[in-house]
Amino acid sequence: MTQTADKGDNSNRGGLAIRIWRSLVRGPINPQNDRERKWIVIHNLILHFRPVRLPLRTIKYTHTWGLGGMSLVLFLVLATTGVLLMFAYEPSTQGAYDSIRGMQQQVLFGKLVRNIHHWSANFLIVVVFLHLLRVFFTGGYLGKRQFNWIIGLALLLCVLISNFTGYLLPWDQLSYWAITISTGMIRYVPLIGEWLQQVVRDGPEIGQATLINFYTFHTTVVPILLIALMAWHFWRVRKARGVVMPRLPAEHSGDVQDEKVEYVLTFPNLLFREFVVALCLVAFIMVFSLFFNAPLGDAANPGMSPNPAKAPWYFVGIQELLLHFHPLLAVVMIPFVAALTLLLIPYIKYTDDTEGIWFRSANGRRTSIIATVTALVLTPLWILLDEFMVDPVTWLPGVAPVISSGVLPAALACLALFGFYQALQRIHSASKDEAVQASFVLLTVVFLILTATGVWFRGAGMALVWPW
Amino acid sequence: MTKSRKQSSRRRGKTRQPPTPELKETAPAAPDAPESQSTRRSFLGRLWLGLTGVAVLEMVWIAVDFLRPRTSSATSSSHILVAGPIDRFEPNSVTAFQEGKLYLSRLQDGGFLALSRECTHLGCTVPWVDGESRFVCPCHSSAYDDKGVVLNPPAPRPLDFYPVRIENGIVKVDVSKPIKRRSFEYAQVTRP
Repeated sequence: MTQTADKGDNSNRGGLAIRIWRSLVRGPINPQNDRERKWIVIHNLILHFRPVRLPLRTIKYTHTWGLGGMSLVLFLVLATTGVLLMFAYEPSTQGAYDSIRGMQQQVLFGKLVRNIHHWSANFLIVVVFLHLLRVFFTGGYLGKRQFNWIIGLALLLCVLISNFTGYLLPWDQLSYWAITISTGMIRYVPLIGEWLQQVVRDGPEIGQATLINFYTFHTTVVPILLIALMAWHFWRVRKARGVVMPRLPAEHSGDVQDEKVEYVLTFPNLLFREFVVALCLVAFIMVFSLFFNAPLGDAANPGMSPNPAKAPWYFVGIQELLLHFHPLLAVVMIPFVAALTLLLIPYIKYTDDTEGIWFRSANGRRTSIIATVTALVLTPLWILLDEFMVDPVTWLPGVAPVISSGVLPAALACLALFGFYQALQRIHSASKDEAVQASFVLLTVVFLILTATGVWFRGAGMALVWPW
Repeated sequence: MTKSRKQSSRRRGKTRQPPTPELKETAPAAPDAPESQSTRRSFLGRLWLGLTGVAVLEMVWIAVDFLRPRTSSATSSSHILVAGPIDRFEPNSVTAFQEGKLYLSRLQDGGFLALSRECTHLGCTVPWVDGESRFVCPCHSSAYDDKGVVLNPPAPRPLDFYPVRIENGIVKVDVSKPIKRRSFEYAQVTRP
């Protein structure tokens, strides 16, 4: 049979083994020169979403710290260990706890796999949060990258939901009551609180229906969403021509875009670096999981609440807020306003061109430090004052608690923030970019301190304790 | 497709006439039709879009219904917990019932009040502390008295209660659904 002239078509030549191999592997797999390396990046299924060349400046490790890539690696580790766990776990209120106990004792490396899953999940929250901070401080949400920030926030939400739904699955005292409290907070949403709580719990109380719903979200819905959102997120990075171009404060963006940019091949320069970071991360998690166990307390007992009963650590910041503000503020308004602010960050009309510059400028660095110190000093002070001295409900008996312990302190806090913003602009001659950045730093540090307080400094009866 | 005038005229023996411009197939109307006028094509297009929207809404409706909590028949109908004869409960005492997830409180004057064991703050299970003669929640130290009234915040309202009936000297509690209340009212207590 005459073949059409297909240059280099060896499909009919050679022995069987070589023909099968060539039908599977279309090109070089051990590249010997740059031409072959370029070929692989273009033609490989996984690598082809990468550019062939990229700016040398953006490869520097301390530019991004590899946090985005680490998030992807952690997700893959979680997916793999998660599937393994699914073979051993029984999603029923009667069998869940015992299935995990059994898995830890009888399944080969069951305990290790569970530990890896648990710690990867917790590291993921930290890594994703650090990634958000990095993108914020390098201005990687400006210009073409505005909407990618939004996609990133959606990814963050999915990660939190995944952690939360996974937390319930062991069905031990820790899980059961953490979820009781967290869903108990939902009841304070006005008008729809009761209904919303029933929907989340899939019934009037936490039981089999809740477990199945959480399990489905955790193993199917959220992973699918994560994969779809990640694909979109990476796509948008490509369309913005890579990560944000690093610049020094004195450089103008025009200079950088022109001749100064040196391009290098993705393979090997970027790929090898990513591979090393991934390997180090996986090694770290494995070693960590060898030494520290995922918690498994007593089996859940709806008749007895442990003292103290805390929400998962990434939610104790909100639980701490609940101890200082009326639930309407702590559970609804403040998180809502915080979410709205995060969503609007890329769309503020900034005055300077700060894309790619860490902390915007030297003044930006300074004002951020000022904000950090302010928060570090004022937050513990406020927590102590509110715990031991200030009692608005008793001082203002005629006023409804939602005002005296809710709206009023919140208004004072807003006023303080506004004052801080103005002080930065007037006293420290901060530009709009720098003032917004410093405010962000202030609020983030406040929230981190609240979280730390909730994790370490709250003991029995949620009283303030010294942890050592 | 209508028969060309040429064919029909031949059949009927009429004289041949060239097809008139009105019968000629007009070019796709989109670029030529004025925007205000709705053509058949645009109408059908909008109809498709509308039907797609309806289909999406239907799928959302189905998904929402799958997520909606289903109450089993056991809990929706009346479920009676038989506590026991009146004399088993001393006045000024609180007895725990695991099965009904409640406490049966017999007040000083002999009246009965069946209190839910769920703290009204965030849902922790509240134990009765005999030494202090009050309920103290382990989670955030909310405290209630033997009527379920809040003694210590952060609980926002008194403990929920269940209706109590006394039939033939036997105390029975209807545990199908707890009743919320803003404050304590004497009508809530059942007197033997």
